[in-house]
Amino acid sequence: MADKTMTADEAVSRLESGMTLGIGGWGSRRKPMALVRAVLRAGIGDLTVVSCGGPDVGMLAAAGRVRRLVAAFVTLDSVPLEPHYRAARESGALELTELDEAMFLWGLRAAAHRLPFLPVRAGIGSDVMRVNPGLRTVTSPYDDGETFVAVPALRLDAALVHVNRADRQGNGQYLGPDPYFDDLFCAAAKAAYVSCERIVDTAELTKAAAPQTLLVGRHTVTGVVEAPNGAHFTSCAPDYGRDEPFQREYASTPWPQFAQRFLGGDEQAYRAAVRAWQEERS
Amino acid sequence: MNDLNGPPPPPPPAPPTRAEYCVIACAETWRGAGEILASPMGLIPSLGARLARLTFAPDLLLTDGEALLVGADGTTEGWLPYRRHLDLVTGGRRHVMMGASQLDRFGNQNISCVGDWERPRRQLLGVRGAPVNTLNNPTSYWVPRHSRRVFVERVDMVCGVGYDRAAAHPGAARFHRIARVVSDLGVFDFATPDRSMRLASLHPGVDVEQVLAATGFAPAVPDEVPTTREPTGAELRLIREVLDPGGTRAREVPEPGPATGAAAGTGTAAAGTGPAAAGTGAGA
Repeated sequence: MADKTMTADEAVSRLESGMTLGIGGWGSRRKPMALVRAVLRAGIGDLTVVSCGGPDVGMLAAAGRVRRLVAAFVTLDSVPLEPHYRAARESGALELTELDEAMFLWGLRAAAHRLPFLPVRAGIGSDVMRVNPGLRTVTSPYDDGETFVAVPALRLDAALVHVNRADRQGNGQYLGPDPYFDDLFCAAAKAAYVSCERIVDTAELTKAAAPQTLLVGRHTVTGVVEAPNGAHFTSCAPDYGRDEPFQREYASTPWPQFAQRFLGGDEQAYRAAVRAWQEERS
Repeated sequence: MNDLNGPPPPPPPAPPTRAEYCVIACAETWRGAGEILASPMGLIPSLGARLARLTFAPDLLLTDGEALLVGADGTTEGWLPYRRHLDLVTGGRRHVMMGASQLDRFGNQNISCVGDWERPRRQLLGVRGAPVNTLNNPTSYWVPRHSRRVFVERVDMVCGVGYDRAAAHPGAARFHRIARVVSDLGVFDFATPDRSMRLASLHPGVDVEQVLAATGFAPAVPDEVPTTREPTGAELRLIREVLDPGGTRAREVPEPGPATGAAAGTGTAAAGTGPAAAGTGAGA
């Protein structure tokens, strides 16, 4: 079987400007931040980002890499409003496709099922219809005749997700309480890159964990990246929680200053810069 | 002599605070709801849901705020990650109490942004799950600081669907119901012929003028406005000793000073557009 392991930079080298990129996780939880940092280094831009938004969106928007965002929200959870995303919206720096959470989930499912759309009872009566004039409705062909929103499939050129463990073939395992939509992001994408805290032998995956923790199937995965602490500063339960002091630093530091101090080099340099920052504070 | 008298009687409990009336008013949201998920957003709605669960609504389901369903003592009894939470919403077995950065007379709610959507003056959270919530399960709202900044004539972006818009889509809105709005001043419902907002009860110490001064539209006001009900002794003990012994509820709703009316204000506080609406999605 194919060994799909690669570095974050190798994975990102397969992406191109102008792509539609799905990013897994939720808010400031289990975000593929090492891959996002690699995207920032690679200089790819003009992206359409599809995300349950957190600091992934904030950073890419602050760096001017996002042409359009498709999302129901952007939040840092413990910091409710993402400051860099807010700044981007308030300065008109990006376009937004604002969807309801259920519309977002149904859209990913439609793409994963190779359907053009799925009907959902959400959106009608709300201004989601006003701000998305391209949304269409569909009427039930049965006796009830109800009208639904036909959520278009959220097809992705590529997906980036981060999980706790993976094998070299791309079977990804989550060990925390919530899978979020990560398997759907992978299934909705032409190519999916899975980073993980640790690459293990396939047999190791289910030695101490139930088989239903095997969230991402290798048939949906193009590349596997070992990225210890790769969700930092977002949470990656049970391996680690959110780095709240560092998130506060991110949220309160002007972007150019933050980027210069922490994102100027590669992932090793990032970790060293975070360690230096932590030692300064202690 | 002392033996005959027995131990001294305990001192009477301190009278209920404004925050505690708010907890009671929120708890009442789930009275008679049966075996459904209570989804409270914000501290005082959470205290209300847990109080209801411990007293008059024992069948309620509650989450730990993340992906687990938990009993009153925190015991895990189920799994509810975001995708299943959204499935549960569309199945209707849930009553959510969301925050609101803006709310109008028909219960249209905004948590997305303030100003023009194309380029907002203030970007907030986003619509989150408000559109799907309001078309699928009963919805209520919690406003910790009642002001004209929150209670507005028209919201800038309709996230949660109100009664006037629901009426325009009778098919799609057949499960639409906004049960109540609880603020730090009182309780509101939509029991009027045109389903516009009505003052249902005032918290003790608040008068009608105070509510009208802090509301950006004229709610219906009945001739006799009831007072929000008193907590029972057992409820007060649960709030104070079990659910919130640290007294954090007073940070969300401070006790009004002797000069009443301070809480009503005209909305200079940032509460209306701030993090009060955090976690207004389906699952958070």
